[in-house]
Amino acid sequence: MLSKQKLRIAAFSTAVIAFTAMSGSAFAQKKYDTGATDTEIKIGNIMPYSGPASAYGVIGKIEDAYFKMINEQGGVNGRKINFVSYDDGYSPPKAVEQARKLVESDEVLFLFGPLGTPSNSAIQKYLNSKKVPQLFVATGATKFGEHKDFPWTMGWQPAYQSEGKIYAKYLLKEKPDAKIAIMYQNDDFGKDLLKGLKDGLGAKASSMIVAEDSYEVSEPTIDSHIVKLKASGADVYFSITTPKFAAQSIKKVAELGWKPMYFQSNVGASVGSVLQPAGFENSQGILSANYAKDGSDPQWDNDEGMKKFYAFLAKYAPEANKIDGSVVYGYGQAQTVVQVLKQAGDNLTRENIMKQAASLKDFVPDTLLPGVKISTSATDFYPIEQLQMQRFQGQKWDLFGPIISGEVGG
Amino acid sequence: MSAVEDVVTEAPAVEAVPKRSMTLGYGTSLVVLAALILTPLFVKNFIIFQMTQILYFGLAVLALNILTGGSGQFSLGQSAFYAVGAYTSAILMEHVGMNYALTLPVAGAICFGFGFLFGQPALRLSGVYLALATFALAVAMPQLLKLGYFEHWTGGVQGLVVTKPDAPFGLPMSQDMWLYYFTLAITIAIYIFSVNLLKSRSGRAFMAIRDNEIAASAMGVDVALYKTLAFGVSAGITGVAGGLGAIAVQFVAPDSFTITLAIQLFLGMVVGGVGWLPGSIVGAAFIIFVPNIAEGISKGLSGAVFGVLLFLVIFLVPHGARQVAIVAQQLIGKLKKT
Repeated sequence: MLSKQKLRIAAFSTAVIAFTAMSGSAFAQKKYDTGATDTEIKIGNIMPYSGPASAYGVIGKIEDAYFKMINEQGGVNGRKINFVSYDDGYSPPKAVEQARKLVESDEVLFLFGPLGTPSNSAIQKYLNSKKVPQLFVATGATKFGEHKDFPWTMGWQPAYQSEGKIYAKYLLKEKPDAKIAIMYQNDDFGKDLLKGLKDGLGAKASSMIVAEDSYEVSEPTIDSHIVKLKASGADVYFSITTPKFAAQSIKKVAELGWKPMYFQSNVGASVGSVLQPAGFENSQGILSANYAKDGSDPQWDNDEGMKKFYAFLAKYAPEANKIDGSVVYGYGQAQTVVQVLKQAGDNLTRENIMKQAASLKDFVPDTLLPGVKISTSATDFYPIEQLQMQRFQGQKWDLFGPIISGEVGG
Repeated sequence: MSAVEDVVTEAPAVEAVPKRSMTLGYGTSLVVLAALILTPLFVKNFIIFQMTQILYFGLAVLALNILTGGSGQFSLGQSAFYAVGAYTSAILMEHVGMNYALTLPVAGAICFGFGFLFGQPALRLSGVYLALATFALAVAMPQLLKLGYFEHWTGGVQGLVVTKPDAPFGLPMSQDMWLYYFTLAITIAIYIFSVNLLKSRSGRAFMAIRDNEIAASAMGVDVALYKTLAFGVSAGITGVAGGLGAIAVQFVAPDSFTITLAIQLFLGMVVGGVGWLPGSIVGAAFIIFVPNIAEGISKGLSGAVFGVLLFLVIFLVPHGARQVAIVAQQLIGKLKKT
């Protein structure tokens, strides 16, 4: 249907386009990469504002509000932050489309805080081949800190494996003869944390763990699994669960009259959304680990960092619910990226952004627990690696013991 | 369910001009084809990627169109066939090291078999009951893909990363552009195949079953065979679309193939016009672009805005793109006369 001449024209114009594209990128290598100018820094973000994980969309809104505050205070080194955030509905193919839109159409300097393990897995290869930083991804999957294979991808929160290791350390010290029963969510989060726990227990894992069971996120209730685990005669119970199931688990264990040493994974340890619905009387003595301050915990009311956080909420995000852990999360993450931009100064290339993100030294966002610091290096792409053990007493978490680190990087 | 009514009320109209109403005129086809071939030369890679998306989603919608518009059966389980196709391609490429182009016929064949087998029990069901049975398939699929037994192959919840192919023979093309033309070639081939299928004896048998099953069997049409065949062909094409989707997106994971995808495809079919094959591309464009437009209007209420837009479309043009095309044709005809 096409004449030869037309085909030739087509091939020629393709060549021309390919050529101009190549010469274009060579030209831009002065001080700025695409997305940065004298007046503006363009940052891309992908969030599940709709779909099954839409509860996390709050993180994007808080980050947007935080950058608004920074801009009103004069921006970073005189440049305003332009935060472009798109919805992927927690669907990996949509995340790919949005990531490409951000990089190729909106031409952002880098991607910051895209949420979810499936979405981040989907865009990781693309961003690394384009050499666009995928900075501070909002997931604890351990695979987002592998600096050798993916030098343009960095996590932020403690890797789930770190958390597992910390529980193992504590357990080996406090109760080395424990008989452990484990309940975990059958997805990357559950399996990752479980792996950390087993790695931490080391050779003793196989003798200490007497029962393991998993559930699907789609199950309406996990009660029957818990009955089975209790029957194993275990005296230590791990609930590696997300909020809804964490609450079910706490209730059921209490109902059965089972009194194990109870560990609850951090993602399901929110006072407002888990322990309160499960009943404070059922939650006494539960152990967990944390790295950030709880926005609903009155013990931080006079804390300098949290005062700033509350002031920010009052002015820029009055509708946000401070009980929601995502609010604290978004604030801390946004503060970290602003620190990276400050360090980058006037050298706003993608390479330098990545370099600065990998040279954070003892940086302390307002919302992290006292003693928890963010440190990275060229060979350590796990910003937060420290957690502190906490025990639930009365109506709040009591932190105890030292800050423990559970490094998985290196 | 305007599609249900569509099939019922539209039947006489199709009867009058059964062949032409399924396709575009010769001249229009050439114009569309030229546009599809030439546009990528002048746009950014991202637009090319979106056009590729439209093509493979268009294929999946086309497959559903053959099933629903052709043989009158409903399916909400297309996402399951799509997932099987995508995973087949991804596994063959990443674990077996097969060439991407060769994985597509395999994906198509496996899905054809899968669809044909699923068509057997589906024979006993009709209308909304069939829709429910296929719905169950779509709901089950993501969980089946997560099962531990298959994890070595499917990568479980982590999914599989697929390598994007480079243009062959050292052609001076970006990966995106090459993939676009590759997808376009396959889409055109399948489109021509589908048009001819519906014009053929089998196609007439499909439509006879759609219009009146008893009459069709009285005329000697093997109802059971043709119904399962329609399922098989539809699933096979969907599988190829899934394989292309996996290559273009470079990633497959269970969460990519939820029931939402099946509903999107259904939506694409209705918006494009049930039983009108060229409408599949329009429907695909609708399901890709309109959510983005909705998000542009309001981030917090994108779902609601999308709903309003969809409502407007269904209210103003209940027969989808086909209706627009007919009106346009009439207008052009009038202009020519005056």
